Amino acid sequence: MTVLRRVGIRLAWFIGSLALASFLIFLITNKLPGNIAQVILGTNASPGEAAALEERLGLTKPFFTRYLDWMAGVLRFDFGVSYYSGEAINPLIASRFEVSAWLVGLGMLLAVVIAIPVGSYAAMRRRHADGVAVSALSQIGLAIPAFWAGIWLVIVFAVNLGWLPAGGYVSWWESPGEWLLHLILPVTSLALVQSSVLSRYVRSAVIDVSHEDYFRTARAVGWSRIGALWRHGMRNIAISLLTVIGLQLATLLVGAILIEQVFALPGLGSALLMAVSRRDLGIVQAIVLLLVWAVLLINFLVDVTYQLVDPRLRRRGELQ
Amino acid sequence: MKRGTLNLGLTLIGIVVVLAAVGLVWTPFDPTKITGSPLQPPGWPHVLGTDGLGADVLSRLMSGAKICLLVGIVSVAGAAVVGVPIGIFSGMTRGWISDLPARLSDILYGFPALLLAILLAAAVGGSTWTAMIAISVATIPAFVRLARAATYQVMSHGYIEAARVSGIPKVAIAVRHVLPNIAPVLGVQASVSFGIAILAEAGLSYLGLGSGPEAPTWGRMLREAQDYLFNAPILALWPGLAIAVATMGFNLLGDGLRDLFDPRLREMS
Repeated sequence: MTVLRRVGIRLAWFIGSLALASFLIFLITNKLPGNIAQVILGTNASPGEAAALEERLGLTKPFFTRYLDWMAGVLRFDFGVSYYSGEAINPLIASRFEVSAWLVGLGMLLAVVIAIPVGSYAAMRRRHADGVAVSALSQIGLAIPAFWAGIWLVIVFAVNLGWLPAGGYVSWWESPGEWLLHLILPVTSLALVQSSVLSRYVRSAVIDVSHEDYFRTARAVGWSRIGALWRHGMRNIAISLLTVIGLQLATLLVGAILIEQVFALPGLGSALLMAVSRRDLGIVQAIVLLLVWAVLLINFLVDVTYQLVDPRLRRRGELQ
Repeated sequence: MKRGTLNLGLTLIGIVVVLAAVGLVWTPFDPTKITGSPLQPPGWPHVLGTDGLGADVLSRLMSGAKICLLVGIVSVAGAAVVGVPIGIFSGMTRGWISDLPARLSDILYGFPALLLAILLAAAVGGSTWTAMIAISVATIPAFVRLARAATYQVMSHGYIEAARVSGIPKVAIAVRHVLPNIAPVLGVQASVSFGIAILAEAGLSYLGLGSGPEAPTWGRMLREAQDYLFNAPILALWPGLAIAVATMGFNLLGDGLRDLFDPRLREMS
């Protein structure tokens, strides 16, 4: 089986999973008990008013027709209107997306920047007290909820020291300096915990590499441990690390919902929670769909890159 | 250091279990009632002080331990009961029917517990039940994949071949020969999943999507503590510490069990 063929099969599965995921989301929000119109109008509304609203929202059409209508809209990037306010959902998502993207993107970047040296250090010094201490520290980081870390960062750096704002968001276009100040604490709380997860993977990957023949040879011809790791090890580590980063990106997307809540950031997560409290199912569907599709897309890309990047996998594929 | 990880994990879990077990029959005060003046510092009779309304923090912490363990047990057990048979079946068969469960779990991977719970909360309102269902469903793929991979390995062993040629039905092979042999890895996974479930439950109740006000949870306590960061930051300490202790306990138990079952991996983890 050639690489191309395998990627093609993976692509077909990916498109199928997007469709199935969207259907599941629609099923949960539309088939579970709870009359949408009644919820929006409150318990005092007459059945007549509820029926009129259902008619206006198009809820009287058959389930499958509504699902297909929704999907047809989504594929043209039109998420419809809010059940609560009647406003279009697109502008809301567009404005919220920016905040979430910065938070998750910078959070992952910082986590990787911390995890690679920390993990390598813990691996190189694994038989010494300091290496073990670093591992123990990452074990603690693994158990700490990111939002709790966020609360403590607020207590220390915003409440007591007063160095950084406790919450809120300023757009880059308004003031790049303020933008950065408002993102430091949220990004750090997301990255601290994430870097513990990643550094454990880096550690075991580095230990793996240090047992390889090519590493021993590099050492024998005079490379220093760090030199050999950098020159020969990192390429090998990068592939498995890429997979983990991809999978963890999904965790980060969801973790950001909590962090947005701690720091009152106007991202997708806070829009989602607001919509849940108002039972605004149109917005809930739209944001959950975006997040789930994002997770599936990331997994798909990781899989495909893995196949394309690793020459060993490529060759094995051609031989089969 | 041989059993250190395991013992530390069991100790931390023990602390939480004792808190929950005692809380089941006795708490110093009623955890849901106002029993003192608000925002008292740790002291006597309120050992860990009182919260913003005047409820006893230790009592609420004990009540939270109960819910944390309940959600963990129900959701992990639920996920294992569904996921393990599917995984074993898929590992014992060949062809597209064997791949199907793995592909379907890929899709479920796209639904992290928190998102699923938010979706359920939007549809039917949040409760301890929606939290448990969401966490449980989100945990299924991990069990399916692991059981499948482990079954694959076991299937190549001679004793399976022997059982097959002696005419033992497939279901009996699965129950009598496959399951006992993959049980250790499943145990490790259950422990790790338990830690993840605790974090997920904490996150959900922090967002107000878990248990109602009648059942104090650690996440809810953190949410309430956020209103008093200026006057009583210590309120944000206890529940978070409890979450960290419980999660770390199960993570370490998982690591310890893995070392115990597979000494070759000891160097790695």
